[in-house]
Amino acid sequence: MDITTETISSLRKQLIAGDIEAVDIVEALDERIKATEPSVHGYLRFDKERAIDQAKSADLSKPLGGIPIAIKDNINETDEFCTCGSKYLESYRAPYNATVIERLKDAGAYCYGRTNMDEFAMGSSTEHSAFQKTNNPWDKDRIPGGSSGGSASVVGARSAIAALGSDTGGSIRQPAALCGCVGMKPSYGMVSRYGLVAFASSLDQIGPFSRSVEDSALVLQAIAGYDPHENTSCREPVPNFSEHLGKSVKDLKIGVPKEYFGEGIDPEVRALVQKSIDWFSKEGAQVEETSLPHTKYAIAVYYIIATAEASSNLARFDGVRYGHRTSEATDPISTYLKSREEALGTEVKRRIILGTYVLSSGYYDAYYNRAQKVRALMKHDFDEAFKDFDLIVSPTSPTTAFKAGERLDNPLQMYLADVFTIAANAAGICALSLPCGFTQENLPVGLQLMGPRYGEPTLFQASHAYEQAHDWWKTIPSIA
Amino acid sequence: MSAEKIDVHYVAKLARIELSDSEAEAFSSQLADVVAHVQELNEVDLSKADSLIEQQGAGENHLREDEPFPGLPRDPVLANAPESSEGEIVMPKIVE
Repeated sequence: MDITTETISSLRKQLIAGDIEAVDIVEALDERIKATEPSVHGYLRFDKERAIDQAKSADLSKPLGGIPIAIKDNINETDEFCTCGSKYLESYRAPYNATVIERLKDAGAYCYGRTNMDEFAMGSSTEHSAFQKTNNPWDKDRIPGGSSGGSASVVGARSAIAALGSDTGGSIRQPAALCGCVGMKPSYGMVSRYGLVAFASSLDQIGPFSRSVEDSALVLQAIAGYDPHENTSCREPVPNFSEHLGKSVKDLKIGVPKEYFGEGIDPEVRALVQKSIDWFSKEGAQVEETSLPHTKYAIAVYYIIATAEASSNLARFDGVRYGHRTSEATDPISTYLKSREEALGTEVKRRIILGTYVLSSGYYDAYYNRAQKVRALMKHDFDEAFKDFDLIVSPTSPTTAFKAGERLDNPLQMYLADVFTIAANAAGICALSLPCGFTQENLPVGLQLMGPRYGEPTLFQASHAYEQAHDWWKTIPSIA
Repeated sequence: MSAEKIDVHYVAKLARIELSDSEAEAFSSQLADVVAHVQELNEVDLSKADSLIEQQGAGENHLREDEPFPGLPRDPVLANAPESSEGEIVMPKIVE
């Protein structure tokens, strides 16, 4: 048996049965990392010795006992570096744990490795990391997607069992689709954002990367729920997600929004997604076309609201309390100007400036206010659709992984990579991407299922049923 | 709203980021592309938006009890500071 290709659920069974020990998982992952990391570069750091210590003391009676989880480098973990892929935070060490880290530990899991990302989660290719380029495990000349490209690539390359990422406009689902794994963006409020370095607070959510839907449900179960540190976290009890796995999709009502199947979709992606939709029909789901009329405005809405929130959130990186401070400062203002100039990357500056512009005097109503109004219309589209449907299905990304460098000089083109994932963040609903086949070039394609806010149980139910009827998720890249 | 040329240097100053001339030039045309793209929001009928925003609401406000609890420990916080002295973070002088 190869431990690294197993799921959390199967490893847990073997740990409990005593067939393997927790340290065996660390050893197996270490071997895999040695084999794959020289070409993938998904991890920024990993500490095998620390992982062995944690594995040895793991409480196997807990739901995730003995399971290592890789963490995106924008989630605070006490005493660990948390760079957010930025030079600005290169030497910052977190003085506290994010709530999700506390919850993983409470569930018996431990953190293993910190994964690469676009700087401050701004990007769709992980090329905006200040430290390294990450390659797609299926084709090392291609990008892994972003911004959680490190987490997606190591789960795809089987050098992590599961990982956490963050999703502001598709940053979990798009890289999951491009790297052939399951990526889940929970409903806004399902998971506490306390300790996640904020990008756009009304859109950000933390969620899991995993091999299987069952694992996704297991990790979400551990990290979800109300947190007194985080006032937008949901006060309702968290449902037991696993109870919903294993049910059929018969009689589920699934909407196919016509706006997600227009021009610009790679024909192979379209064909594979259509085949998946046909499977749902064949299994007895009621599949019908629907409409989300404001879909085409998603990118415009997103790049106004997300950059506006970012310009405010990233004002904290001013060279004063932590992170980089210029050596040339003579007064506070030049400290801000120079520290930010020297240590923030091009894409981050570009977005802060765009966000500052749309909030600036004379433009606020024309851009920010208008975008908020269109966002309300987008949300209304989903509210109406979910009166008729349990779930909505679409491609996760219009294309497969693109070549490294291809979109770096054209920010607008890069932004369009998120065209199908942004709406779920804008509306606060839950969405999941799972593998639904491979193209002629052997690149993975992702199917996106979207459910209403707090509709995770049905989302997992349908995804799991689809997954179990196919072998895509068991397909392993040749690199691994 | 119309797609106006962004005065990148002015906005960068508001954002407290110094930009090189080459960066400012690149941003100027790239941001013009993005701003041109978002002009499409002008065509949306917003007549129902205000009542929808009201309907959708921002959720209930929740206030916690005003009870003291420990903040972050001082040492790891100061260890992250670019410069500190006697338990405080040091900044360049504000007033001469």
